[in-house]
Amino acid sequence: MKLVICAGPATTGKTAVLRHVIRKLLNAGQKAAFLKIDVQFAEEDELLAREFGIPTRKVYSGELCPDHCNVMVLGDALEWADHSGSDVLLVETAGLCLRCSPYVNGGLGIIVLEATSGMNLPLKVGPMLSLADVAVVTKIDRVSQAEREVFRARIQDVAPSVRIREVNALYGIGIDPLIGYIASMPDVQFDINHHPAGMLLRGNPPVGTCTICVGKKEIGWQSHFGVVRALENQTFYRGE
Amino acid sequence: MIETITILGGRDKAGRAEPVRRIDFKMGDIVSVVGPTGSGKTTLINDIELFADANTPTGRSILINGTRPPLEYRDDPAHNPIALITQHTTFLSDLSVYDFLTTHARIRNADPNHTHTVIERTLGFANQLTGEPVAVESRMTELSGGQTRALLIADATIICNTPIVLLDEVENAGIHRSRALELLRQYRKIFIFVTHDPRIALLSDYRIVMQNGSITQVLYTDDAEKRLSTTVGKLDDALSNLREKIRQGERITSFELEPLA
Repeated sequence: MKLVICAGPATTGKTAVLRHVIRKLLNAGQKAAFLKIDVQFAEEDELLAREFGIPTRKVYSGELCPDHCNVMVLGDALEWADHSGSDVLLVETAGLCLRCSPYVNGGLGIIVLEATSGMNLPLKVGPMLSLADVAVVTKIDRVSQAEREVFRARIQDVAPSVRIREVNALYGIGIDPLIGYIASMPDVQFDINHHPAGMLLRGNPPVGTCTICVGKKEIGWQSHFGVVRALENQTFYRGE
Repeated sequence: MIETITILGGRDKAGRAEPVRRIDFKMGDIVSVVGPTGSGKTTLINDIELFADANTPTGRSILINGTRPPLEYRDDPAHNPIALITQHTTFLSDLSVYDFLTTHARIRNADPNHTHTVIERTLGFANQLTGEPVAVESRMTELSGGQTRALLIADATIICNTPIVLLDEVENAGIHRSRALELLRQYRKIFIFVTHDPRIALLSDYRIVMQNGSITQVLYTDDAEKRLSTTVGKLDDALSNLREKIRQGERITSFELEPLA
């Protein structure tokens, strides 16, 4: 079984892209499972289950950072998808964090970006882009040829090794190479207890250990412990 | 080198075979696509822009020089031989015109020593198409509809320098159309206009007629039509003058309407 993790800011067309991927996988005789991770609302799992009759699930991260939630549940999700007899598990993340990246080694990492988001976006999204395998660019018909070219060049500046696919997510044109990329990924390995083996998160998420994480709401670093930050200083540790 | 682009017919909205099975556009052709609203004009140029391979709802295929276009056309916009300018295409970047054109010219590998000349030519071209000149220091997002359209056309023609330019109903934005066609004729490219404008249609080499989602005819502009295009131009100019006077808050006298009688 192969793993695909799809990230990207909200409303860029992640689901539209994955819908075409699922259709093409099914047409090729493969079985797909779908997991959506979101913060507090998602219905992609129901829509895709209705449309394709494939096993789907969703997880709300709630109080947990959604990309951390992805790491937490991914082991169980791989077991679930494998038990359901799937050939590919597609995970669609909430795509919120510009400091995290949800991709794991051995799984295809796709970021979906929209050409309408402005030419500086590739400079802003950080590891979600630079640690991806493929950047899929949607809504290409809405911007000038010139801006498409600049957008692409900016992606290449930030992430020279990331493959770029411009797609029309309405018609599903440009999706075929993604199916090839998925096929070229290694299969997920399971150990004797049937837990996924050897899959590691790519890159290091930022440190997020501070008293805000546990519910203290006072403004100002003086009220907090753990990794804190003042306006005129880099992050530092405060506490015992 | 691109010499031809071919459309292989698909099917209409009811699934019947498209009557015109093949059209070959040659370098230097200026083509109009005409037909009622909803007849599939925009879909046709989307097929071209996407290099359809029987994988769009129309089932059409597009060939370049008689064969399937190479993948890098789709993969890298800087190698894409087609520039598409639609009614919706707009600039989103909040840069000055100069910064924007410089960035684009650099990406297009223009010789850095000539960037300045390329930008001057682009602006010069754009400013012949629009009544309100584009200044290099203005911000892209401040440009009017006409200025935007004019700059898009100039950018596609000079900086992108793509062999194929698709223009979807650009006439509505108030650019100087006869001047545009005259200027574009100096570049050896394929220009395809989706248009409702008789002036553009009659200045084209031929027009593709669409109905119910398919191409029903290809009409070459004949000598009678070519002669008429001058009169059509005059009528159109009279209407433009009229429009301009209304804009300027002037009263209309019978004089301006004489060419229409």
